[in-house]
Amino acid sequence: MTKSGLIEAVADRTPHISKKDTEIVVNTIFESMAEALRGGHRIEIRGFGSFQVKIREAREGRNPKTGEPVHISAKRTPFFKVGKELKEMVDRVPLEAVEDSNLGDVSS
Amino acid sequence: MTKADIVEQIYEQVGFSKKESAELVEKVFDAIKDTLAMGEKVKISGFGNFVVRCKNSRKGRNPQTGEEILLEARRVLTFKPSLVLKNILNEDMPETDAPTAQVSIGTAE
Repeated sequence: MTKSGLIEAVADRTPHISKKDTEIVVNTIFESMAEALRGGHRIEIRGFGSFQVKIREAREGRNPKTGEPVHISAKRTPFFKVGKELKEMVDRVPLEAVEDSNLGDVSS
Repeated sequence: MTKADIVEQIYEQVGFSKKESAELVEKVFDAIKDTLAMGEKVKISGFGNFVVRCKNSRKGRNPQTGEEILLEARRVLTFKPSLVLKNILNEDMPETDAPTAQVSIGTAE
């Protein structure tokens, strides 16, 4: 499911709200979350999970093709920790369904 | 930031009532959760992808007692942040080009 699919799914659940408005809401949610992370804030969505920014220290890496050493500067990376409720929901999936969707992942 | 803060953003920026804003935010996360619960991935361009992965069963060990235990096959959710999001987080990150550090490797040149 992509963002447009999500907008459709939410629009189906909220028939009293136009799809255009649903689209604005979905975009605003993710923009405000990205903005919070940019400010270094932690996000906690109960039942869903939490997002946190961690700092990866600068390190010496290597170009895997040439073996040449390269300097990798410190950077911030977002981390997601799944919430208890969603963690349990996901683990109840019939195995076949997940394998199918992972196959889809390979082809895309 | 909590769900209440996101609701506040919708209220301020989009102009729905607080009640409608709260309902909409709830519905958005519910839709994502239901999709993931069916094993389908959710891709949010500009933010990241939520993907359900299968883990095979494996033998583990209780780190406290050293006792061997069987960990059942399970499905877990992973999040891969989009490049856009990663770049947003590093916009104002100082470029710490440290050529001195490179010398310490000793193999340069």
